[in-house]
Amino acid sequence: MKDKSMYIYGGIFAVLAVAPVFLNPYWVDVLNNVGLYAILGLSLNLIVGHAGLFNLGHAAFFAVGAYTAAILNTLYGIPVLWLLPVCALTAGLFAGIIARPIIHLRGDYLCIVTIGVGEILRIALINDLFGITGGPNGIFGISRPTVFGYVIRKPHEFYYLIGTFLMVTIFLFHRLENSRFGRAVNYVREDETAAEGSGINASHYKLAVFVLGAAWAGMAGDIFAAKMTIIAPESFNFWESVVMFAIVILGGSGSIPGVLLGAVLFVGLPEVFRDFADARMLIFGAAMVVMMIVRTEGILPQRPRTYALPEASNAGGNP
Amino acid sequence: MSLLGLQNLTKSFGGLMAVNEVSFDVEEGAIVGLIGPNGAGKTTVFNLITGNHRSDRGTVCFEGKDITNWVTHRIVRLGIARTFQTIRLFQKLSVLENVLAGCHCRMSSGSVAAMLRTPGERREEKKALDRSLGELAFVGLAGQEMQLAKNLSYGSQRLLEIARALATEPRLVILDEPAGGMNEQETAALIGTIRKIQKRGITTLLIEHDMSLVMKACEKIVVLEYGSKIAEGAPEAIKGDPKVIEAYLGTED
Repeated sequence: MKDKSMYIYGGIFAVLAVAPVFLNPYWVDVLNNVGLYAILGLSLNLIVGHAGLFNLGHAAFFAVGAYTAAILNTLYGIPVLWLLPVCALTAGLFAGIIARPIIHLRGDYLCIVTIGVGEILRIALINDLFGITGGPNGIFGISRPTVFGYVIRKPHEFYYLIGTFLMVTIFLFHRLENSRFGRAVNYVREDETAAEGSGINASHYKLAVFVLGAAWAGMAGDIFAAKMTIIAPESFNFWESVVMFAIVILGGSGSIPGVLLGAVLFVGLPEVFRDFADARMLIFGAAMVVMMIVRTEGILPQRPRTYALPEASNAGGNP
Repeated sequence: MSLLGLQNLTKSFGGLMAVNEVSFDVEEGAIVGLIGPNGAGKTTVFNLITGNHRSDRGTVCFEGKDITNWVTHRIVRLGIARTFQTIRLFQKLSVLENVLAGCHCRMSSGSVAAMLRTPGERREEKKALDRSLGELAFVGLAGQEMQLAKNLSYGSQRLLEIARALATEPRLVILDEPAGGMNEQETAALIGTIRKIQKRGITTLLIEHDMSLVMKACEKIVVLEYGSKIAEGAPEAIKGDPKVIEAYLGTED
């Protein structure tokens, strides 16, 4: 079973590694968007999937990262890739300040507050916050990223940049899931009182995972700003948050493969079916309704963690 | 010296006096029972000790330290672990992961160590795994590590809660109706487990309705009625105490 899935992932990886050679720039750019949303989905998955905190304002943290990169790059000429940690810091800090007073809210209440935060930020950006966000037109002239002096410009060059970032994200988040930290946020999601009673500082973990997810979205924002070279408030509207949320819920809460599949379905498929653009929303709506009825945990749900048990107890499962 | 000391602990919910000026001590190494009719305030006392409720008045001391109204996870870290009357396991997670939750407070690796998978983090994970397997074997759940908690029988779920509590390396375990939903054999085995816990040097405070268990296992019994303490003493003395008999059976007229 495990070997089989390794072959499948290996095959997908091999195909994706050479894909730009066979695809025209348009399709490579579609894949770039899929990759970017996959990173955003994975970062939101920490918050929504693992900790069970309904965050419908994730685009706000994406925006903070993108604007941090845009402002610092255009004003001071700092290379965008150097700004990755700075974007993580500003987005994480913003999330921390926002989340600290509201993190104890449950389910739908938290959801409403995060929607509000996302909208307030977007409107603040339109109103040219501090006179540095460029108002409704946003910021343009963000420089291209350079890697060892090589300027990344074309879609297939961005493909490998985003791909690398995505691979690193998957690698690190996979480790995070299978750790004390990953388990702790799951305990809090399952039963906060029991988690506290087991010695877990529930509010600390909720805040930590919220900040971490937001910081990652901030880094995705940096890449986005570098890719677009122009950013505007409308790139970070409520719909973006909804797409990220739907990627997590539809793909599989708490599951990395699930979120990746969700990103392909939500961002890739609409491009494939562009000819039927009129019917797209109808089909999506219907698909979501069906999913919520027949498979509430998502297409590829979170799988139980495995542990290296001693020989004798490996037969466990059937007492 | 007493391990746990309650002084004039008081808690009311609206107009209902749930716990009224309750004081008692739990000696180190002892097994103490807290009994009383339904609604006497036993679970509320537990919730006050473990920080699930905030007390209106009075103090809780543990090892001479005033821990009144501390947050729960700090109290657990200090050495008081508990189980719940209504079973509160992480139902969708495996039996092993439920026990690993208890190990959490004795570990220190954070998110960065997890992402880098540092040698220290790996050592800690291995230690926690061994400890969890040990606690599962201790309560008699070896071989069921990878089951989901919700698939265990009711009695086994109670044992799993005890294993999770023991995994926090407590000085005192607080068991809220550990025999609830157990059959006679399971209850007999539970008494054995509670004695084994005592042999490990861990003090036990328990609420139980099964009088045979309380009389057999406990060295001291505290009786509550309508939130107030009406008796305290050895099982034999409690059995013959007229006030206790009245509380349980009512008076003749």
